[in-house]
Amino acid sequence: MAAHRCSHSALLLILCSSWVFSVAGSQETTPTGDHHAYVVDNPQTVTETAEQTAEQPAVVEEERRWEATEVEEATPDEVATDKQDTSAPDTVVHSSVPPPKDDFQEELVIRPLHSGDIYASFQFRTLWETDFLRGNKVSHYRLFPKSLGQVISKFSVRELHISFTQGYWRTMQWGQPFLPSPPGAELWVWFQDSVTDVDGTWKELTNVLSGIFCASLNFIDSTNTVQPSASFKPLGVGNETDHRFLRYATLPREIVCTENLTPWKKLLPCGSKAGLAVLLKSEKLFHSSFHSQAVHIRPVCKDWQCTTTSWELRQTLNVVFDLHTPGQGKREWSLFKMFSRTLTEACPLASSSKIYIDITDDPQGEQFEVSPATHLLSQAMVLGDRRTFSVYDLTQQITFGTVRSLNLLIRWKSSEGDMLRPLLHAERYVAGYGLQTGEIHTLMYNNHPYRSFPVLLLESVPWYLRLYIHTLTVTSKGKDNKPSYIHYEPSKDRLRPHLLEMLVQLPPNSVTEVTVQFERALLKWTEYTPDPNHGFYVGSSVISSLVPSIVAMNTNSTREQPLFSSFFPCKEESSYFMRVYTEPLLVNLPTPDFSMPYNVICLTCTVVAVGYGSLYNLLTRSFQIEEPSPGLAKRIANIIRKMRGVPPL
Amino acid sequence: MAAPLTLLVIVAVTIRAALYRSSLADVISERVEVVSPLTAWKRVVEGLALLDLGVSPYSGDVFHETPLIIYLFHFLVDYAEITFMLADVITAVCLYMAVKDYNKQVFRKQKYALEADRYPLDCLELIRSPKEMYYIPLKVAMFYLLNPFTILSCVAKSTCGLNNAVISLFILFTIKGNVLLSAIFLSLATYQSIYPLTLSAAALLYLMQRQYIPVNLQRWSFWWFVAQYSFMYLGSLFVIVCLSFFLLGSWDYLPSVYGFILSVPDLTPNIGLFWYFFAEMFEHFRLFFLCVFQINVFFYTVPLSIKLKDHPVFLIFMQLAVISIFKSYPTVGDISLYMAFLPVWSHLHRFLRNIFLVSCVLLACSALFPVLWHLWIYAGSANSNFYYAITLLFNVAQILLVSDYFYAFLRREHHLSYGLYLKRKDGSEATLVLK
Repeated sequence: MAAHRCSHSALLLILCSSWVFSVAGSQETTPTGDHHAYVVDNPQTVTETAEQTAEQPAVVEEERRWEATEVEEATPDEVATDKQDTSAPDTVVHSSVPPPKDDFQEELVIRPLHSGDIYASFQFRTLWETDFLRGNKVSHYRLFPKSLGQVISKFSVRELHISFTQGYWRTMQWGQPFLPSPPGAELWVWFQDSVTDVDGTWKELTNVLSGIFCASLNFIDSTNTVQPSASFKPLGVGNETDHRFLRYATLPREIVCTENLTPWKKLLPCGSKAGLAVLLKSEKLFHSSFHSQAVHIRPVCKDWQCTTTSWELRQTLNVVFDLHTPGQGKREWSLFKMFSRTLTEACPLASSSKIYIDITDDPQGEQFEVSPATHLLSQAMVLGDRRTFSVYDLTQQITFGTVRSLNLLIRWKSSEGDMLRPLLHAERYVAGYGLQTGEIHTLMYNNHPYRSFPVLLLESVPWYLRLYIHTLTVTSKGKDNKPSYIHYEPSKDRLRPHLLEMLVQLPPNSVTEVTVQFERALLKWTEYTPDPNHGFYVGSSVISSLVPSIVAMNTNSTREQPLFSSFFPCKEESSYFMRVYTEPLLVNLPTPDFSMPYNVICLTCTVVAVGYGSLYNLLTRSFQIEEPSPGLAKRIANIIRKMRGVPPL
Repeated sequence: MAAPLTLLVIVAVTIRAALYRSSLADVISERVEVVSPLTAWKRVVEGLALLDLGVSPYSGDVFHETPLIIYLFHFLVDYAEITFMLADVITAVCLYMAVKDYNKQVFRKQKYALEADRYPLDCLELIRSPKEMYYIPLKVAMFYLLNPFTILSCVAKSTCGLNNAVISLFILFTIKGNVLLSAIFLSLATYQSIYPLTLSAAALLYLMQRQYIPVNLQRWSFWWFVAQYSFMYLGSLFVIVCLSFFLLGSWDYLPSVYGFILSVPDLTPNIGLFWYFFAEMFEHFRLFFLCVFQINVFFYTVPLSIKLKDHPVFLIFMQLAVISIFKSYPTVGDISLYMAFLPVWSHLHRFLRNIFLVSCVLLACSALFPVLWHLWIYAGSANSNFYYAITLLFNVAQILLVSDYFYAFLRREHHLSYGLYLKRKDGSEATLVLK
């Protein structure tokens, strides 16, 4: 019953939101100057309806309520999806002209961070209206990479999300990323429900992906794969949420470098020859504080009626450059400085190619100055916050000016400026000393001044740290905070990791601490990594949540709102989905002495032999009176006497 | 005699209760010498917590107790301290009563032998006097209750104490001659940790001796008794196993408990020989050595039973010692059980050869365990080899201790049949050697 209703509400939600954004999108791109005038009011009503439909009766148990909210999670994502659409009048164009069977869009978002760093986020989206799975073999590929298409059809993949990240995203300094990812490699896949042997398919898939991306994904096996029950829901269409078809694995130790970037770039229709991808020079990209590249494949609705689905391949690359060196005093950056390239053209295959610069924090041009100046501005709701962007459309020749190349330049004028604290962030560490036991502490911060919200915490801990679930404590504000839902799968030695998922309500303006004790196992000497005293990595814990929107928090609105619209608490985009990854942990284990297997085998066997020997002696022999044996001289004398025939001495 | 025993029990309980209240209890319950993955109280609590979460405790690799233990502590978890103290007291009282009964029989036998003039004349100093034997049961109880190993084990709430109680009940009923209860408690002990299976030979020998059934493979009565006993033993084992199945509704516990004991997947350091050996083992030899080491525990049963077929109680002692030395996850609690028997063999002291050395080594090792553990795990200034070396030495000392007692026992028996002061053919004083 409930599931049925969920599916309905999800469908309704997607329909509504796509309709709203196609309407809003046509309105929103506005000339500079009066962009305040257009306040999008439509999403408000839509979300309200959606909330009403998605709302469950109070009697429905907690778990189901979460699932219901999880369905809503699609909303912000759809928002994000449509965010790109909104800024461009593409959607309108599509509805008039019969759309091509596949479509490619590229964009780059640049956001100056308050720490003085620069966050650049590339997104490349390929949409293909085809069906890999319904029998007919797809053999003709145009924009969609054939290697991935074959993977989808061969392994009956419904959704695939893979990310490679080098460095850790510092939420407190940088705010929220557009697409979060944990350090190392992360892979999560939803399989079609037609797959019978999910584990076998998963194993094969990881090996194939390992080849495609030149990464050590083949190290994903049953010991680091989990099936989260609630934290990872499908992001595309479809309401199948049976977590038996989900596999999630992280490799926190994976090091990302050029050899991963090159195959990733090859998946792009233009390669790195044209368009935004020319900026992706590995020597610059990897000389950065944070680098994350990802591939997301999912089915999405083709049109607003959602009669057919098309496949979306979204390749993203996020990078944070640390350009602000304190000694130099001068703070400016440009495309050339960051990527040692300038842009000269859009990818000819792309239907849209844009650069966005986030100027929300600087509407008056006080803090920094962007050149060349643009006439296009765009507004979008990003992660619950209303942001303003300057837009550069690369498909327009005018963007490149007379010099036929675009080199965006931002010059900082003042260094102050405060960032709104992220509403949700988390950190994690290992407490305790010695190599016998320890305690994992996960701290989750709710910085919202007056609203509490639930978060789903997922921890996947390798088997060699034996968790003791009875030591699990959740405290916030000094009080015990009992999780309303706990899903725990204990580990099996050398077979599967611990999986701990729980739903915790974070009180407003609080720190919630989750602690659990563990015991460190002594492994076989062949199970240690080549550098055993470096330690063992434990993947990031994943915190998924519906966070109240920042816009809703804004009580003393600077916008001039009509009085009749502002009495009740603002429900506009009342909450948005957010995923936060904590730091991976590095834990030392006790090690045996690797140099002496032979010695140990010999010595232990000696002790066993001592036991065996002494017992054998006593068991098989009997007591006898010792007759002293004659001396050597006497014996020789006796032999001689015997030869002589004389009686012995 | 009841008064000193009561006093002893009160003292022992007081010590334990005081330690439970002290901060030492937490430290002790983490010691690898005292608790093994099989017996740790922390893991029992974890199993109960898993059960509360609706997860089968055997679906993970933390809990390895038998279902009956879960069932027991499902009700008694709040009274765990009392349960463990009670288990220790039961063990001590059972051993006390068992040894008292055994001593009576020994004395009776000795009297018959003396009346029949079966002992050589110069063996009178080997004859045991009732005065000397009077305090032995109390000493046994004291050796168990006041042994630091037992106290540590009890304070750490190691379920080893419960296993010891079951084994001591088995010993008591065997010595009392109750065949049915003996078989039931033996099956319970086997169910708890496989290895007590080897005690069945000793029980059979003892019960047959008591019922004057000759140990003769050609005799029908022998086989009939063996069949009876095995029927009772296997029957009760079957009932217990099925009961465990119905308690949890699955057979998961079989691999998780017995598979875990036999295949030794958890290499947490302990005082035994297995952990470092299998941590350092070459992968393709693992199964072979696993079989060798596990067979080693069971292997001594047959030759020991043949050699000691007239002395089943000493056989029980030997088997307990062999089990506690060679089992896969030994703890100090196992050692304390066989050490409790040492006062029973106090008349062997004149034949012991290296008891001083062995006791020094055992004491030194017991002191060095925590020191080297600290150096390895906390200070980082030593490595695993240090701790391993101490376990080796500790086990060598135990082996020497046991074989020394075995030697002394055999030698005394020899003297009792051939005379104490043996002479050579030429009349000079002879020395005995094993040949």
